[in-house]
Amino acid sequence: MSAKTLFDKVWDAHTVKEVEGGPNVLYIDRHFIHEVTSPVAFLGLKTRGLKVARPDQTSATHDHNVPTTNQHLSIVDELSKHQVETLEANCKEHNIVHHNLGSEGHGVVHIIGPEQGLTQPGMTIVCGDSHTSTHGAFGAVAFGIGTSEVEMVLASQCIMQPKPKKMRITVNGEIKSGVTAKDIALYIIAKLTTSGGTGHFIEYAGTAFTNLSMEGRMTVCNLSIESGARGGLIAPDDVTFEYVKGRQFAPKGAEWDKALAHWKTLKTDEGAVFDTEYTFDAADIEPMITYGTNPGMGIKISESIPTSDGLVGNDKISFQNSLKYMGFKEGEKIAGKPVDYVFLGSCTNGRIEDFREFTNYVKGKKKADNIVAWLVPRSVAVEKQIREEGLVKILETAGFELRQPGCSACLAMNPDKVPAGKYSVSTTNRNFEGRQGPKARTLLASPLVAAACAITGVVSLP
Amino acid sequence: MSIDKFTTFESSAVPLPIENVDTDQIIPARFLKAVERKGFGDNLFRDWRYTEGNTPNTEFVMNKSEYSGSILVGGKNFGSGSSREHAAWAIYDAGFKVVVSSFFADIFKGNALNNGLLPIQVSAEYLEEIFSTIETNKKASFTVNIEKQLFINNTTGNSINFDINPYKKTCLINGYDDIDYLVEMKDEIEAFENK
Ligand code: SF4
Repeated sequence: MSAKTLFDKVWDAHTVKEVEGGPNVLYIDRHFIHEVTSPVAFLGLKTRGLKVARPDQTSATHDHNVPTTNQHLSIVDELSKHQVETLEANCKEHNIVHHNLGSEGHGVVHIIGPEQGLTQPGMTIVCGDSHTSTHGAFGAVAFGIGTSEVEMVLASQCIMQPKPKKMRITVNGEIKSGVTAKDIALYIIAKLTTSGGTGHFIEYAGTAFTNLSMEGRMTVCNLSIESGARGGLIAPDDVTFEYVKGRQFAPKGAEWDKALAHWKTLKTDEGAVFDTEYTFDAADIEPMITYGTNPGMGIKISESIPTSDGLVGNDKISFQNSLKYMGFKEGEKIAGKPVDYVFLGSCTNGRIEDFREFTNYVKGKKKADNIVAWLVPRSVAVEKQIREEGLVKILETAGFELRQPGCSACLAMNPDKVPAGKYSVSTTNRNFEGRQGPKARTLLASPLVAAACAITGVVSLP
Repeated sequence: MSIDKFTTFESSAVPLPIENVDTDQIIPARFLKAVERKGFGDNLFRDWRYTEGNTPNTEFVMNKSEYSGSILVGGKNFGSGSSREHAAWAIYDAGFKVVVSSFFADIFKGNALNNGLLPIQVSAEYLEEIFSTIETNKKASFTVNIEKQLFINNTTGNSINFDINPYKKTCLINGYDDIDYLVEMKDEIEAFENK
């Protein structure tokens, strides 16, 4: 048998059928749903008179619309409330487990799977949300789908997808202190641009990734989509197995031994061929930040904003418009730029490690007066851990307050919106125009950089 | 439920020579709160189409009466960002049947096809030619021939062959969707599960 990549192994094992001249029919092990992209899919089922094929392989939570304060009260925004209630009603009708606000299993949709041990190596996982790529950290093939595809999975537990191309990104070497998983990811996206990964599934290889915790690997895989890739994955190893072991839905006893034996085979064979390969040196990576309006517009904080020299036509115009939106000039230093808001949170960086790092940095310091800070854990479990570890006290002493879990200012569908023209240093994944509120200006960075900015009130190195 | 049948047609085009048009621009998140597939076209490109005071921005191409047609021509890397199918719905709902660009983001492309909206990828040079044709004559017409997979600039006579997966082409022409197909595969899927 010819050498296979990890991606091939998982994909091929789930291919029910190759449609002639068409896509593959791919079997889905786990399907996560949330309130924004599922209602029209459920309506479709109803119109066709269909039931959910595998409610036991489906989990639901509402995260995009929810407020991050006073979650015990009813949601104020009528439309948000209706969307949340619609999800609840659909889950009830179709016997789908639904994690309600404040309940133990509640959190951002991509996080509840790993936390509960539902996410396991070698699985196929989908959700109507592009950052489903997060689960790739476990050596699963996981990717975001549209609402029509949500309906397909609800109806048949399968989707139809052409097999993507394969890319390997290898980063070896020691990472410098102050450099986090987020910086590695922003560095890669800046190198690839936001379209460089299009059509591909990425495998991340090398010590820069294997040295990361599962939390860090999730951050890297989460951001795969920002280079245009369908998803990204990392071969499972002892760190992965250790993380999964003992969680609520992880295999137990003899089942565990059997699963483990299989998981250990999940790696790219020697000599397997990738369509595209990149290699970077970990030593070249520094704390990163974005200066423009897509995640590919990232630089080292020590660098200056690039100029449009050498760009022509629409490339030049797009670049200039982006800087105009941000209120930045070509060639300026990014360090020292004013900041108004700091957001720590989202499925990318709302992890316990992020809160530890942030807290550790601000300990004994004071939040700058000009900064409004929103600290939003990505799940109830993380919130609980933050409290148990006593981080809240330290944060409060430094002038910060902890909010309740949800997507929050990551996409500003709830009340947490950055006002027009204001600058937000955000640990999220997208700095598109208006992403954090109409005309809001977003600078993507790591939790550590966010902490430094919150203390100094300007863009700063940690 | 199925999609509308896609037939060969001729139309003028609306130019949007902006690169990396992302899904947050196509339909901002705050308009994703509906539970039915209705009215998304009204909020297509909302923050470009309307000023902060909610009046139409006369500078934006969709608010200029000289431009019309069911073909939207966008810059490179169209549809990047989120998986929200609302982006494809909004474009389709606003009356477009085709989006032309020199590069599309993956998920957007899939979502578009699942809704009968045809993404046509052309070369960068050909895209430039389309933009300059429209600049010279705002009513310039283009033909989309799905059977022959041809996009024709009727002013210059230059045509380009576009790629479409044969299965998807059959779906578009006949108005089928994947769900019909998968539901019919029920037994095969169950056999796979029991393997
Ligand atoms: S936190 Fe942000 S990126 Fe993650 S699921 Fe929510 S909105 Fe999407």
